[in-house]
Amino acid sequence: MNANKMMHVVVVGNGMVGYKFCEKLLAKQKNGPQFILTVFGEEPRVAYDRVHLSAYFNGKTAEDLTLAPESWYTENGIKLYLTDPVVDIDRDRKEVRSHHGVVVPYDYLVLATGSGAFVPSIAGVEKDGVFVYRTIEDLDFIQSYAKRARKGAVMGGGLLGLEAAKALLDLGLEEAHVIEFASRLMPRQIDDAGSGVLQRQLESLGLKIHLSKNTQQITGEDTIKGIQFADGTLLDIDMLIISAGIRPRDELAKSAGLTTHPRGGIVVDNFLQTSDPAVFAIGECAVVHHMIYGLVAPGYEMAEVVASRLMGLEKEFKPYDMSTKLKLIGTDVGSFGDPFVSEPACRTITYENKAKGVYKRINISPDGKELLGGILVGDAEQYNMLLQTCKNKTILPPDAEDLILGSRGGEEAGAGVMGLPDDALICSCEAITKAQLCHEIGENGHKTIDALKKATKACTGCGGCTPLVKDLIQGVLKQQGHYIRNVLCEHLDYTRQELLDLVKINSLKTFDEVLDQFGKGDGCEVCKPAVASILASLWNENILEKGRATIQDSNDRFLANIQKGGTYSVVPRIPGGEITPDKLIVIGQVAKKYGLYTKITGGQRIDLFGAHVGDLPMIWEELIAVGFESGHAYGKSLRTVKSCVGSTWCRFGVQDSVSFAIEVEDRYKGIRSPHKIKSGVSGCIRECAEAQSKDFGIIATEKGWNLYVGGNGGSKPQHAQLLASDVDKETCLKYIDRFLMFYIKTADPLTRTATWMNKMEGGMPYLKAVVVDDVLGIADELEREMQLLVDTFKCEWKEVVDNPELRKRFAHFVNVPEQKDPTVAFESLRDQKRAKEWK
Amino acid sequence: MEALVADKEEITWYLACRVDDVPTDGGACVLINGHQIAIFHFARRGEWYATDNECPHRQQMALARGMIGSLGDEPKVACPFHKKTFSLRTGQCLNDDGYQIMTFPVKVTDGNVYIGVE
Repeated sequence: MNANKMMHVVVVGNGMVGYKFCEKLLAKQKNGPQFILTVFGEEPRVAYDRVHLSAYFNGKTAEDLTLAPESWYTENGIKLYLTDPVVDIDRDRKEVRSHHGVVVPYDYLVLATGSGAFVPSIAGVEKDGVFVYRTIEDLDFIQSYAKRARKGAVMGGGLLGLEAAKALLDLGLEEAHVIEFASRLMPRQIDDAGSGVLQRQLESLGLKIHLSKNTQQITGEDTIKGIQFADGTLLDIDMLIISAGIRPRDELAKSAGLTTHPRGGIVVDNFLQTSDPAVFAIGECAVVHHMIYGLVAPGYEMAEVVASRLMGLEKEFKPYDMSTKLKLIGTDVGSFGDPFVSEPACRTITYENKAKGVYKRINISPDGKELLGGILVGDAEQYNMLLQTCKNKTILPPDAEDLILGSRGGEEAGAGVMGLPDDALICSCEAITKAQLCHEIGENGHKTIDALKKATKACTGCGGCTPLVKDLIQGVLKQQGHYIRNVLCEHLDYTRQELLDLVKINSLKTFDEVLDQFGKGDGCEVCKPAVASILASLWNENILEKGRATIQDSNDRFLANIQKGGTYSVVPRIPGGEITPDKLIVIGQVAKKYGLYTKITGGQRIDLFGAHVGDLPMIWEELIAVGFESGHAYGKSLRTVKSCVGSTWCRFGVQDSVSFAIEVEDRYKGIRSPHKIKSGVSGCIRECAEAQSKDFGIIATEKGWNLYVGGNGGSKPQHAQLLASDVDKETCLKYIDRFLMFYIKTADPLTRTATWMNKMEGGMPYLKAVVVDDVLGIADELEREMQLLVDTFKCEWKEVVDNPELRKRFAHFVNVPEQKDPTVAFESLRDQKRAKEWK
Repeated sequence: MEALVADKEEITWYLACRVDDVPTDGGACVLINGHQIAIFHFARRGEWYATDNECPHRQQMALARGMIGSLGDEPKVACPFHKKTFSLRTGQCLNDDGYQIMTFPVKVTDGNVYIGVE
């Protein structure tokens, strides 16, 4: 295109919105450049992420926060002037002049001057030690001043103020205060009750909160000493950060004669046009729909509107949803729709749990049909779903409280993501609707999150919509009548359960046999361990024999847990956590001899870290000599059966839990399963062995034992559910046999029992029917299969120690087997050692 | 003349190990001139490969202990630590564009495995 015909666009302001405008305008010029872009910025650095400014105190550098490096502007032909604000607009000549005297003509001018911190006119605000929280420079000042301060305060308990208060804590101040004029924190987002819950959470972190405080003056000579409030009270502080709101930067527009709002801001219409049609204003400097949008998302939408209009496209800035969800100093806070509407204009349902620090409020229409808005503090997991329900005016279920409490028994509340209308905005960062996503999934075959990311950019922004998108994929596929099969990978088009049956019927013993008969290609790191697990679960042969070593996952391959630096940890089995002094001594001797770090595990065993791969057989030879066996800490198999001391010593114990734990651990040790299995046996209802957090747990009663299944610790803790009560030992073991074997035969790879049960159609009642009532008539078979595994147990480490061929594989260098990996390095720590930190 | 000689980089072949030192369809590590090299016997395809033993992701000497397999037709190895996978042919990381490992030619004669180093 001829340069003479190119339009000149000048952007005043290189903040987040100004930058986004450039990015969007560039992206829209698919047929080569049509604009010459010039950008003026007042700050010395290119646009950076002001939303995550606090991260600067947590180790992020200015570079990390940068939205695009300076080279990006050059590469895209943008002329960028930094530290050079525009000081004059000549609207007649259509040109701008900068502080340094640069004069640039424009066809269109985009004002993205943003906002500055609003500093109330309080006596003493000019004193040393008073700061605002707006730019990286502000943060640098705060950081260096904080080194000699002990007590700090933030004026303003809004979103940014609380961020700043957290920063004071992070900077190591002894006292950090928050002073808020209103009677609650975050007055624009949450109500009094929500503020109360938030306040308790913040106070537990050490913040001191002062509400309804009117600051009268800042005391001290040249330097701040404290603040005095209108009620006469005083607060001693060494530094103060003012975060009392924002003030739109409209001074340039005003001096150019553009219409501004009496309370600040450049007045624009729905097309972001100012009183001069060649001049636009976007972001926090603009007053649109009679208000200032103080969030980044609507600012980006304004950038989109102006970029579209310059390209000749029809686009209008519509009232923007101000719902927000954020993690504030570890506490989730969400506010959506109209959070404050009150009765009789609505019916309000609230839930408060002081112990957990959770507050939830929803406002529903008087006829009970629509969700008008709400507030979530402490637990905002339902935010996305509630926001969608609210925005799309979805008809509510009869028991609207299920929306925040979760359904108690029966089906999931609401219709879920599939119940939303087609135009529901699923990804608000990229403005992608449900219909668009359904089309990509259903018509274009993008059936994974990764594929949808590439096709639509959904989930690439904040990522908050990912769970919804996942549900949508499942929903669409189900709707299309697809039976959703969780097949292993590109090489084996079977579910784990299908493959297990095939391998069993055909008596296959090696990976190659399985792949030759039922798969294609050469296998991979997904199907190899899955098949390895199936083979082990069915035949219980040594996992390293018959070419099976190389299909084992990292840890199983060397029968030890690989750790940072490439050394391994060793866990001998200590059934039920019971161990003799002599055996303890041997563990200590071995650890000393091979220079191992020792630690007690969560499962009542001892973990020995830092073993070279070549030392593993010798370590085990010594452990086995005194009667230890493999603890299978490396395997997807039974780990440990934790026990409390029970009736042999404990004055409360009603049964001998240790003896039963040892019996259970010896019965199921070494059995390979879809994922690891943990268990516990408690000697009474006090539950010291925490059996209800295990895959299967046993608790003693006066009459026998209660059996619980499907518990889990980890990131999603879940209590186990009662499967049978007051049963004797034999019945208990019989049920465990059936339960475990049913799990081994039907679960997907790497699925814990809890997840397996959560996904099971019919849930616990169905499982009970299969395991206890034997409705499928498979109980005998399950018990027989389990008995085979029990009877064929061999300690796999003993087999390796006794087998020179297998033993030979435990060397780092095959051409110099006696040499250890020279790159392995340790650091010392509390009289022991640790792995050297990796980069 | 000098330039010509420099251009024609000679490959030096080093005896690395015996064929049966490397597990079938798996890998083993050898030390050659102080350099750790992973050798893979891709028996299913009748192929041999050699790469750096170090995974560039966390600089761990572990690729020889990884599982091998294929992605489409591309032979690959997965690092035991975080399952970054690398093409055995080109050394390109297949699930993270930012990483690359070196590959080396392999020759097998009389039960001996040789690695070519430039």
